[in-house]
Amino acid sequence: MTADVFRATGIGKSYPGVRANDDVSFSVAPGEIHALLGENGAGKSTLVKMIYGLVRPDQGQMFLSGAPHAPHDPRAARAAGVAMVFQHFSLFDALTVAENVALGMENPPPRRELSARIAQVSRDFGLPLNPARRVVTLSAGERQRVEIIRCLLQDPRLLIMDEPTSVLTPQEAELLFATLRKLAGQGTAILYISHKLDEIRGHCDRATILRHGRVVDSCDPRAHSARELAAMMVGGTMRQIDRSGRQAGEVMLEVAGLSLPAPTREGTALKDVTLTLRAGEILGIGGVAGNGQEELLAALSGEARSAPGRILLEGRDLSASGPDARRRAGLLAAPEDRLGHAAVPDFSLTENTLLTAGPRKGLVRRGMIDHRGARRFAEEVIAAFDVRTPGPGTAAKALSGGNLQKFVIGREVMQAPRVLIVNQPTWGVDAGAAAAVRQSLLDLARQGAGVIVISQDLDELLELSDRFSALNEGRLSPPVPTEGLTLDRIGLMLGGAHGMEEARI
Amino acid sequence: MIQLVPRSGNAPLWQIATPVLAVLATMLVGGLIFGLMGYDPVAAIRTIFWDPLFGPASGYSRPQLLVKAAPLILIASGLAIGFRAGIWNIGAEGQYIIGAITGAAVALALYPLEAWWLFPLMVAAGMAGGWAWGMIPALLRNWFGASEILVSLMLVYVAQRVAAWMAFGPMRNPQGMGFPGSRNLQQYPSAANPELIAGTGAHWGVVAAAFAVLATWLLMSRHIRGFHIRAAGTAPRAARFAGVNPATLVAFCLGLSGALAGAAGLFEVAGPAGQITDRIGVGYGFTAIIVAFLGRLHPVGILLAGLLLALTYIGGELAQLTMGLPAATVQVFQGMLLFFLLGFDLLTRFQIRRRITA
Amino acid sequence: MMIDPLSVFLVLLGAATPILFAALGELVAERAGVLNLGVEGMMITGALAGFAAAYASGNPFLGFATAAVAGAAISLLFAALTQVFLSNQVASGLALTLFGLGLAAMLGKPFEGVRAPVMPAGPLRINWIVWLGLVMVPAIWWFLNRTRRGLILRAVGENHDAAHALGYNVRLTRLAAIAFGGAMAGIGGAFISIATVLQWTEGMTAGAGWIALAIVVFSNWTAPGVLAGAWLFGGVTVLQLRLQAAGVAVPVQLLSMAPYLATIIVLVAMSARQKFSRRAGGAAPGSLGTNFHALR
Repeated sequence: MTADVFRATGIGKSYPGVRANDDVSFSVAPGEIHALLGENGAGKSTLVKMIYGLVRPDQGQMFLSGAPHAPHDPRAARAAGVAMVFQHFSLFDALTVAENVALGMENPPPRRELSARIAQVSRDFGLPLNPARRVVTLSAGERQRVEIIRCLLQDPRLLIMDEPTSVLTPQEAELLFATLRKLAGQGTAILYISHKLDEIRGHCDRATILRHGRVVDSCDPRAHSARELAAMMVGGTMRQIDRSGRQAGEVMLEVAGLSLPAPTREGTALKDVTLTLRAGEILGIGGVAGNGQEELLAALSGEARSAPGRILLEGRDLSASGPDARRRAGLLAAPEDRLGHAAVPDFSLTENTLLTAGPRKGLVRRGMIDHRGARRFAEEVIAAFDVRTPGPGTAAKALSGGNLQKFVIGREVMQAPRVLIVNQPTWGVDAGAAAAVRQSLLDLARQGAGVIVISQDLDELLELSDRFSALNEGRLSPPVPTEGLTLDRIGLMLGGAHGMEEARI
Repeated sequence: MIQLVPRSGNAPLWQIATPVLAVLATMLVGGLIFGLMGYDPVAAIRTIFWDPLFGPASGYSRPQLLVKAAPLILIASGLAIGFRAGIWNIGAEGQYIIGAITGAAVALALYPLEAWWLFPLMVAAGMAGGWAWGMIPALLRNWFGASEILVSLMLVYVAQRVAAWMAFGPMRNPQGMGFPGSRNLQQYPSAANPELIAGTGAHWGVVAAAFAVLATWLLMSRHIRGFHIRAAGTAPRAARFAGVNPATLVAFCLGLSGALAGAAGLFEVAGPAGQITDRIGVGYGFTAIIVAFLGRLHPVGILLAGLLLALTYIGGELAQLTMGLPAATVQVFQGMLLFFLLGFDLLTRFQIRRRITA
Repeated sequence: MMIDPLSVFLVLLGAATPILFAALGELVAERAGVLNLGVEGMMITGALAGFAAAYASGNPFLGFATAAVAGAAISLLFAALTQVFLSNQVASGLALTLFGLGLAAMLGKPFEGVRAPVMPAGPLRINWIVWLGLVMVPAIWWFLNRTRRGLILRAVGENHDAAHALGYNVRLTRLAAIAFGGAMAGIGGAFISIATVLQWTEGMTAGAGWIALAIVVFSNWTAPGVLAGAWLFGGVTVLQLRLQAAGVAVPVQLLSMAPYLATIIVLVAMSARQKFSRRAGGAAPGSLGTNFHALR
């Protein structure tokens, strides 16, 4: 047992109202790539935050190379040999690569020496990076390189990676795994968090599966099918999706040569986006995060206006119309960010219906709000979409991700849109809610609406859409039929390895 | 260990309880300070909070309550709308001064004409002046991204100097024997803003304040624009998604609060103050910020908070007269009140729990 | 009229010094992600505390030290509200300004009408505190850009979630930055009462704290930029005073608007540059004005 790099026994952690982890035990051997697999909310993040010293466990013990491991902050964890690559929130946009790396180290060498070491490590591992560049100018893949190099410079015994491939194309992910393999070959233990079954089956040596905060199984992922792993993760079989009964009809939405400058310094410009959407059809738009998804949704929802003739709904030019006018015409949207964009966190569900349903549901007459009507509509959405909540008076922020997503999608679907655009409809949502949301989109298309699904989840797009387009640096590829499309082909459409070829080892 | 846990819902009880707690804490600590300064704390607190209403001289001071509360409520009603949307107009004092000047300018230009429409025209001019002064930071923010906080505040100092210039220059009373200050509008029947019901202190400004409370309440609770303002304050992206144009909102909020402050200035210069002097700005514009927060940015709360702060003004003057407390005592009280309120506000947003450690 | 350029520059240095101190302090606070609108309140507190200590002790330098302590002490009220009670920074800063102005006015009564002790002149007949302000510019630049603690402070201001995730103490860093800002504002305020006006009058900072806030925006959040902004402001003030003295045919009241109008103009110009130029590099700290709360 002492041969393990890391071992956890009986770890438990509670938050008010939630048991995040309960009696979790597992171990990671040297040179092993160990997957921590589970749905959103299964307790993976809380667990690794405890290993990294961000959260303290209520019960249980951890050991690093046999010695007790109870870091009271991340710096203590780093000193003990734990390094972590975060999914979000750990780079500083305005600072340089070298400064970002220095912040992740306990005793960084002087600036010049640090830059030299960054260059050295990035050469050794085939991760090219310029230490003097500001992070704000880097692509998602390059940002991740900064995080990885920050970890590598500390020669960690245990490297934790939290959903690292969610911002990468399939090809970039392959390169990442090559790096991890090389690192594991040198004896580093790697704890790899993901809910992507295929990459875990392809690259991990062992998998610990979490459900509702508990370890439900531990296995060799290569010995199981993706379906079996999913069943362990979700606890039961997945609901089958019904794709039947849809026919492509009239053209509903036409976007022609839509170009918009980037709204912010970090944003992406849309470049000559052209698409056609028919009634009864679902168009899937894939892409790595930050390639113009939010900007495209904003351009379609009316948050951003465009030059005349760019956006036509059933022949009507809506390019210059705002969100309200577009909703009246039947063009509806559901943005990615549930809390703060699709819904106001502090407002009740009733009030949140007023955000979008005013024009189509007659909830606002001559400026005055029909509160009773809004409440009735909220109740209808709650009932039809099985939103688990005490009632329409509950604040949006009090709902779980899945329930709020059902409410947000339901709010739009129940306004009977002509065209609905959704961005990341099942991001961070449990499997049950995700299946319900997907089915509702299919049902909407069956009733004759056009649907555009923007997503980074390629499996979801393959499952839902009839045609597939890739969004890459603000450009939309011509659509291809989803039938017979492979992940490899999609990866190339998404921009391949984004110029990482030179990094191949 | 104590832990803060964000509340999932709104806590209506705490919404009401925190201002009350803040007032009590202010009295307590205020009394302590008086004690340290060598005054009788109980007598001081009683002089400030009780005597103006029920004390021996209350016959004089009670009408003052409405006189002082009206501008505070009028200004705070407008400010609160902007604060709800995250638009920080802290230059109401300047808009108040300019409103007084533009309103008075109409009267002084037409002197000695007597006409029923003169006073309404002055009110319109006062509101227009305040609106225009408020639109400066609005437009500079919309066009260039300049902070409305700093611009509106800088414009207070500019407005004060405009008032001084007016009092010493263009608006100086030709019959004033060289003293600075304009004609006294109280002695100009068509332009005067008199006490409407004798002994109450109620002038047209009080009527306007009552109307402002009602109108802003309707706006914020029943009208879609009020809904959009509230949404923009807590989730700006969601508001844009709902169809709100941020620039329009900035112009609306700063323009409206400017117009209300301008009206307050006009009612003051045509009534209690009587004339344009270099001291026409007495700080109502800043105190109204406290009124808005103490009233929890809610019209009814603002009504009560305006009355309370008016009380501290009158009580402070009384304490100055009878006990010799420094005039600035009131300001300290008001500042402390805001501090305590912001501190206790924690209770509306978080639950305090004791952490269970194994 | 003969104007000796050197003497004009010396007057300019003096006029710029209060703003320079206050703006440098606010710069550090803002780089840590804290927007403290209480500068005016901290300056007036420093002006009174410094004057009182200098008057009582007869030692102006003791006055400045006291002003720094008083400014830092009163800034802790703001720090407690925003860092412990998680109150809105804009409202808390306003509260600090209103409270500070009131408190100073109340406690300052006994010091009205007395004169401050004379300060010994420093090298080149320039006030020691002016020198100190000039030294603080490179010192703060060096601290922010060349030291580990400066790097951490910038990291906290840029992205407090990431800084927390890496194990840095967001709250403590910000508390220190706020207190430093308070001390600097206190010295700036004391310069007005001890070295410029030589006596205490109510509300004597006359908006200098607000101008300092605008100067920080003007500086694009850099120490050399703050110096440039403070000198620009000092220049406008001196010019305005010279024009008044020369008896230009413009009312005094309108001339005295100049510093405030100039502040608005530079604020607008810099905001426009930051808004429209993509290369200007968005120098405002990423987490400026937002509070941080972590569940553990």
